[in-house]
Amino acid sequence: MVTLTIDRKVIEAAEGMTILDAARSADIEIPHLCYLKDLNEIGACRVCMVEMDGASKLITACNTIVQDGMVIHTNSPKVRETRRTNVELILSQHDCECAWCVRSGNCALQTLANDLNINTLPYEKQVKYSPWNRFFPLIRESNKCIKCMRCIQVCDKIQNLQVWDVAGTGSRTTVNVSLNRRIEEADCSLCGQCITHCPVGALHERDDTQKVFQALKDPDQITVVQMAPAVRAAWGEELGLSRDEATVERMAAALRAIGFDYVFDTDFGADLTIMEEGSELLERLKKGDAKTLPMFTSCCPGWIRFMKSQFPEMVSHLSTSKSPHQMFGAVAKTYFAQMLGVDASRIFVVSIMPCVAKKSECDLPTMDDVGTGKDVNVVLTTRELIRMLRADHINVHHLKDEALDSPLGTATGAGVIFGATGGVMEAALRSAHYLALHENAPADAFKAVRGGKGWKESTFQLGDTTLRTAVVSGLGNARKLIEALKNQEVSYDFIEVMACPGGCAGGGGQPIHDGQELAEVRSDTLYDLDQHAALRYSHENPSILKLYEDFFGEPLSPLAEKLLHTDHEAWEMPGKRSCLDLDHKLL
Amino acid sequence: MSRLTIMTQTQAQVVIEELYKDLERRIIASPPGLCPVDMASAFLKLCHAQTCGKCVPCRVGLAQLQALIDDVLEGRATLDTIDLIEKTAQNISDSADCAIGYEAADMVLRGVQGFRDDYEEHILHGRCTCSLNQPVPCVALCPAGVDVPGYIALIGEERYEDAVRLIRKDNPFPAVCAFICEHPCEARCRRNMLDNPINIRGLKRYAVDQAGVVKPQANAASTGKKVAVVGGGPGGLSAAYYLQQMGHQAVVFEKRKKLGGMLRYGIPNYRLPRARLDEEIQTLLSTGIEVHTEVSIGDDIPLCDLDRDYDAVYLSIGAQTDKKVGIPGEDGVNVISAVEMLRNIGDDIMPDFEGKRVIVIGGGNVAMDVARSAKRLGAAKVGIAYRRRKQDMTALWDEIEGALEEDCEVLELQAPVRIELDEAKRVTALWVQPQIIGKYDRGRPGPKRAMAEEKRIPCDIVVVAIGQGIESKPFEDAGIPIKRGAISALDHSGIDKMEGIFAGGDCVTGPATVIRAIAAGKVAAANIDTYLGYNHSISCDVKIPDAKGTDRPKCGRVQLKVRDASERKHDFDEIELGFTCEEAKQESSRCLRCDHFGFGVFKGGRSTKW
Repeated sequence: MVTLTIDRKVIEAAEGMTILDAARSADIEIPHLCYLKDLNEIGACRVCMVEMDGASKLITACNTIVQDGMVIHTNSPKVRETRRTNVELILSQHDCECAWCVRSGNCALQTLANDLNINTLPYEKQVKYSPWNRFFPLIRESNKCIKCMRCIQVCDKIQNLQVWDVAGTGSRTTVNVSLNRRIEEADCSLCGQCITHCPVGALHERDDTQKVFQALKDPDQITVVQMAPAVRAAWGEELGLSRDEATVERMAAALRAIGFDYVFDTDFGADLTIMEEGSELLERLKKGDAKTLPMFTSCCPGWIRFMKSQFPEMVSHLSTSKSPHQMFGAVAKTYFAQMLGVDASRIFVVSIMPCVAKKSECDLPTMDDVGTGKDVNVVLTTRELIRMLRADHINVHHLKDEALDSPLGTATGAGVIFGATGGVMEAALRSAHYLALHENAPADAFKAVRGGKGWKESTFQLGDTTLRTAVVSGLGNARKLIEALKNQEVSYDFIEVMACPGGCAGGGGQPIHDGQELAEVRSDTLYDLDQHAALRYSHENPSILKLYEDFFGEPLSPLAEKLLHTDHEAWEMPGKRSCLDLDHKLL
Repeated sequence: MSRLTIMTQTQAQVVIEELYKDLERRIIASPPGLCPVDMASAFLKLCHAQTCGKCVPCRVGLAQLQALIDDVLEGRATLDTIDLIEKTAQNISDSADCAIGYEAADMVLRGVQGFRDDYEEHILHGRCTCSLNQPVPCVALCPAGVDVPGYIALIGEERYEDAVRLIRKDNPFPAVCAFICEHPCEARCRRNMLDNPINIRGLKRYAVDQAGVVKPQANAASTGKKVAVVGGGPGGLSAAYYLQQMGHQAVVFEKRKKLGGMLRYGIPNYRLPRARLDEEIQTLLSTGIEVHTEVSIGDDIPLCDLDRDYDAVYLSIGAQTDKKVGIPGEDGVNVISAVEMLRNIGDDIMPDFEGKRVIVIGGGNVAMDVARSAKRLGAAKVGIAYRRRKQDMTALWDEIEGALEEDCEVLELQAPVRIELDEAKRVTALWVQPQIIGKYDRGRPGPKRAMAEEKRIPCDIVVVAIGQGIESKPFEDAGIPIKRGAISALDHSGIDKMEGIFAGGDCVTGPATVIRAIAAGKVAAANIDTYLGYNHSISCDVKIPDAKGTDRPKCGRVQLKVRDASERKHDFDEIELGFTCEEAKQESSRCLRCDHFGFGVFKGGRSTKW
């Protein structure tokens, strides 16, 4: 332990702690901007400057390690002036069009400037604009970028994809797609982690809310909305609802208030996924083909993009099952359209997802198995849902819980936990056990796969079969796992991968809380819902059973193969490794 | 009213003079990888501030050039803009009245020609192809990428053995380099922006002196692979050491009696004490390197046998042959080559120079080495004949100065014409043609014949030190591609269409520095490991002290002291004296820790393994 003084408070701090953390432990919050604990401690913004007795220059609180006897001032005249000036300098190159910025009200720079009572700027505005493809699911506005470098760090250190890099030198230094590529050419997984770690509005998803409002006003369109498991664990965060108040039933009421004709649940799709993917796993295990084993889950389109670009030779290991919301889309436009007795083209499917990659997934040529153009018409992020509710001035506090519609709104606890890392694995194991042995294991028998750890391993016994499983979240962990597999350091039968750390609960489309990682808290909500669910096995979902009885016949039937499975090789991923090598030659 | 006044500087002039000095040092510390167009724009702004404003091309033209280059940088330009920049710059170059104008325009023109690609990239894609990929100048400029700030910080904490371990991660010859490295790391040290570069080599010397013998890390598990290394110089031994560490068996074939290559057979004891060299080689050999001395690949064992018997081969034969001046009389007795002389000294065969008058032909470090060695061998008089000026010599300034202090005479601007021999073909004199320094040729001023008579310099011995060549013939015969006398290897040290054969060091680049040979050995070891189907990494578990404090007062650089010239010129004992503890402490505290402060804390500050 070291003893230091911060603002006349004597503080005991652990060795190796930063001044910022030491101050925090004594309830002194030192203003900062670029800093993100463990991820971006580079002292770039120079907002966290503090004064140390005996030193003529100011020092950064975020990455200076405490030393015994330090005397620190966080509000000396010099600190006050420097902090203010540095924020003014940042503002001079930031496009402060806050009124129509997607991050207004949730912007670290805006908060800081307001806190510092900056209301005039002594400097000339020097805002740099650069072109960007506005149709791409991921948008970067250079005019808002403050070069905090967090996007680069999260993509390097967590996702290990190096999509972003510093571009240019000198006064023109900025952030851009690495290797001088355009974003469309890059091997970006579209996980959206750069968005959720951006302190300002420089990175955001393409806003598709107006497309949804267009569909809602069209009397010929029957609007069907589904929400992903993880959305229910986060949607209330920015609307002032507590975790208990932000129920999925209240969300259903809100969606009906916006005007959706049918409010369904992606959890239904998740249960369906388990039926297909679980059966597929058992098939593959039976065949024992090294080209398809171990089998990887395929629910996460960010992961699919990663696998296709980084390890194209491994794509045959991916389950062919579509992601739950795409299965849902295909079912909505066939089975459900038949139930309504309408043409599939009249069904307009909107998916509310914690995800940016799904915006790209629903546009894939392979995601039109019904033949209406797109099985899922629009994907909105959780954040876009919140913006729609705000735009329609819906006061969610006054809404009463409303039941979801039937039949595609019926789901089990197994479907709910899809939103947490390990959830797909656990749900699949519950049903695989039943499919293999025709009896249920206790619902909590497979809880070993839960938890926020980036790479988890467990082994389970399904009758005579020993099933070696692994669960990873975060693409950096996925890369490590695949490399270990290739080096034969590990060996598994079934692997769940989620691109975002903590799974969809920590998804790139979720509400943003600067400096906080909420995946675990949200996952707790999901596990709680599962714990209290009436049904906890996908294969017991009555709507699913009826769907098979009336429509698909059985899992992996020809119709199921057509509508619920996909060919991952039928589309090209930019930045595929072999192509990359070629690019290097061209450069 | 006075007719004349004494000129005194105003306060403003005094300050600006100081700022000019600051700027000069700042330019020295320019990091590699900056956008050249941006730099061209910045230079131009400075040039324009120097204009007196009298003439149109300079006053107006330079301003317009600046605006055009800024258009390029800001994405407002088209490809035609480049033509207009060239046309305008050419016009200024042709019509400006004085150097302020035409030299500024020439800088722009050279830029447009030299990095046109980058201009085009800015115009067509609004981006720059350059990037700062190694932000720590000393690490960026060390061919082997040694973690300089890391070991300087360790020295500051008196952790000398850890410092040696950290250096050895990238360079197996910390002691050798502590004595004789040309320290490219110091060239752009950011400390230049304050005062002067850190004395990095001096600090390394202090670390190795304090640490004593530091055992290498344990080797990785044996792979059963065998790699032949041809040539036991610094490059070959570096490759062998890292290959051993990776678990491969390295087998070194050395033509001479002892290992060390030019470290033993080129560098005199007074610069690199043999005992220290032997000690360091022993440390490397302790990893289990197998050694065969006095074996010549080509003569004793054909290369194809190595290729057959080993899983990979690394050629690091160096540049061991002498070059001839090509003047009459060179075949005389007592005309010897520097290579031969130093090689004999390396094997303890001391030539008899007692009381002799010696003339050395050449201006590089080797010329200084032989001149100073001649003095130590008892020569009565030593002269160094060079056709350019002293400041044009390629030798390090410290070496030239050392030679001068030891009473070697530099005969500058004297081109050797012929060696005068007596009937017994013994040297009696060197005839030289005085030169005048002239116009620039390939970046430096060239000498030309002065209108003066040839001069006779009486002497007994002539030593030719004008460079070395590569004994490439036996390898050429074995099918290795040779280009201009050197082995033609790719930048990953492999050889095109010769699978499993690698080459690096002087035999590829021509005579260069020890650290470049070491770096080549390191590169080869990594790529041989990959070629053999492995992915071993070399790392070091030493924890580097956190960077502390930001107060960096200006402070002079401590120089290494040397023994008095009058004393040292009589023996071959080492001449350089290491730092005192006080000096080492102060010098290490001057380090600005670019690995932590600045870009280094974000990217590229430290690579912990390779």
